[in-house]
Amino acid sequence: MTELEAGRAETLAPVRSGAVLRRYRDVLIALIALAVLASLPLFTGSKALLDFVIRCSAYGLFATSLNLLVGYTGLTSFGHGMFFGLGAYSFGLIMQKLGVPIPVAFVATLAITAIVSAIIGAICVRLKEIYFAFVTLAFQMLIHSTILSWASFTGGDQGLRGGIPRPPFLGIDLANHVHLYVASCALLILGLLAMRQIAQSPFGYTLRMIRDNAARASFLGIDVWRAKLTVFVLAALFASMGGMVMALFVSGAYPEFAYWTISGEGIFINMLGGVSTFLGPMVGTVLLLLLNDTVTRFTEYHGIVLGVVILFFALGLRKGLLDFAAEWFAQRRDAGEGR
Amino acid sequence: MLEICNLAKSFGGVKATNDVSLDFPDGSLTAVIGPNGAGKSTFFNLITGALRPDSGQVLLDGVDLAGRSPPEIVRHGIGRAFQVASIFKSLTVQETMLAAVSADQRTSAVLHKRFPLPEMRDRAEHVMELLGLAGKRHRTAATLSHGDQKLLDIALALVLDPKVLLLDEPTAGMGPEERWRMIDKVRELWETQKITVVFIEHDMDIVFKIAPKIVVLCYGRILATGTPDEIRSNSAVIEAYLGTEHAGAAA
Repeated sequence: MTELEAGRAETLAPVRSGAVLRRYRDVLIALIALAVLASLPLFTGSKALLDFVIRCSAYGLFATSLNLLVGYTGLTSFGHGMFFGLGAYSFGLIMQKLGVPIPVAFVATLAITAIVSAIIGAICVRLKEIYFAFVTLAFQMLIHSTILSWASFTGGDQGLRGGIPRPPFLGIDLANHVHLYVASCALLILGLLAMRQIAQSPFGYTLRMIRDNAARASFLGIDVWRAKLTVFVLAALFASMGGMVMALFVSGAYPEFAYWTISGEGIFINMLGGVSTFLGPMVGTVLLLLLNDTVTRFTEYHGIVLGVVILFFALGLRKGLLDFAAEWFAQRRDAGEGR
Repeated sequence: MLEICNLAKSFGGVKATNDVSLDFPDGSLTAVIGPNGAGKSTFFNLITGALRPDSGQVLLDGVDLAGRSPPEIVRHGIGRAFQVASIFKSLTVQETMLAAVSADQRTSAVLHKRFPLPEMRDRAEHVMELLGLAGKRHRTAATLSHGDQKLLDIALALVLDPKVLLLDEPTAGMGPEERWRMIDKVRELWETQKITVVFIEHDMDIVFKIAPKIVVLCYGRILATGTPDEIRSNSAVIEAYLGTEHAGAAA
């Protein structure tokens, strides 16, 4: 080994161990978070708090998956909520009509979501910016009106009534509130960990390249269309997972789950929490649900309050909360290094 | 060897590239010059797949690449840098290089491993050293100076190990001193990497100084090809492009 090569190996070694360390660090953080969340019922009997966390799990999975599209790939989907609704309805219908074990329905729903999202994605991801946004919105409305008009199958505007059967499996009884709570937390943490892995994989960096400069990426040999379609399907799967958690929680599925306002809330959450940090959407989810719950208690004009809040973030901070915090810390660190 | 045969492209009634045939032997360094609108960038766009030619062939080592997609053409070994530095503004220099190597090694769709993979590093490191970007590896691309952004753009093309490197105005937007530094770098790369380099350039002093072979385009046609001396004394080129100043300098 020449001296030059030796020097190079030295600069490279930290890069390697760094990547592995970061992976273990993420798993460790996930385990701690899961342990904390799962032990919550031991310390509090508050059903409302556990319900809040379950809703955060459903929306958090959905919003973080939307960020894979918006923040990492630069694909602003206005119709991502369709996969949330699709997950809830597919899961609910399979459980009601077929009576299979819950894990089977779970996997079958993911398979259905993969197929539907691949078809819709194949049409949408060729389109640029505003056209992509509008056509995804159009597909969302298509799915929503299908649910409304196919009343004999979906229950129409009444939703899937009569409750979703939740037979116990492997000692887990999702009809039990605490079991449902722990299962939701586990799904959230597993989903976040998987999405984190996607974001930090070579594919995640391909997505960043496409976001920054898709034309240049194609001149490096990247099939931009295929990469966009892949992330569209992956994001749909996690949104569908969120929908399933929601269906289990309310023991039903309603047309609102597939309405465009769900997609709107997803965008809203991302704006609140921030799109350039992985956990931004999670922070946004907690913020939005907190706001929703507190504001609706005090006033019927909660729309106005939420609007003011989003204006504050969009015009005041010009970014989401976690992005703002991350930037602030980076600036402080740089200033510290400068001294 | 890169051979262009009867390449043609029209936009409406305008023949942007009109029956162009050229050979670029392995390891050659060629400058493409011509007045604004001569079809220089279109010529590059046709070779690299950004545009689909109406007719003609682009043969790289005998394989016809005309009309194929940019990713396919890149994979066959034709890399390019752009007139306006085309980079990934939010990635650091090091991430940019690693991600480009990842694309070339066909690991850009890998989901289950962490970025960067160990096998990406040597090439990324090598090219950063080569272009003097290693000291700025942790800088975000958007914060680099104009000159460094152009170097990063070239590094992106170079890290793919191309057989042919097309540089669209490597010195565009640079001051006089920076221009010479950049062009010395290009020449150094050509000499050390043993690749075929074709570059578009506006500065005639630079072209005549470093390019062993020059192609002059005008209205989509080849007006002349030859050594700097042949081009300087070519009457058609003088009339269409150079004017009398350079002819005088040659004399």
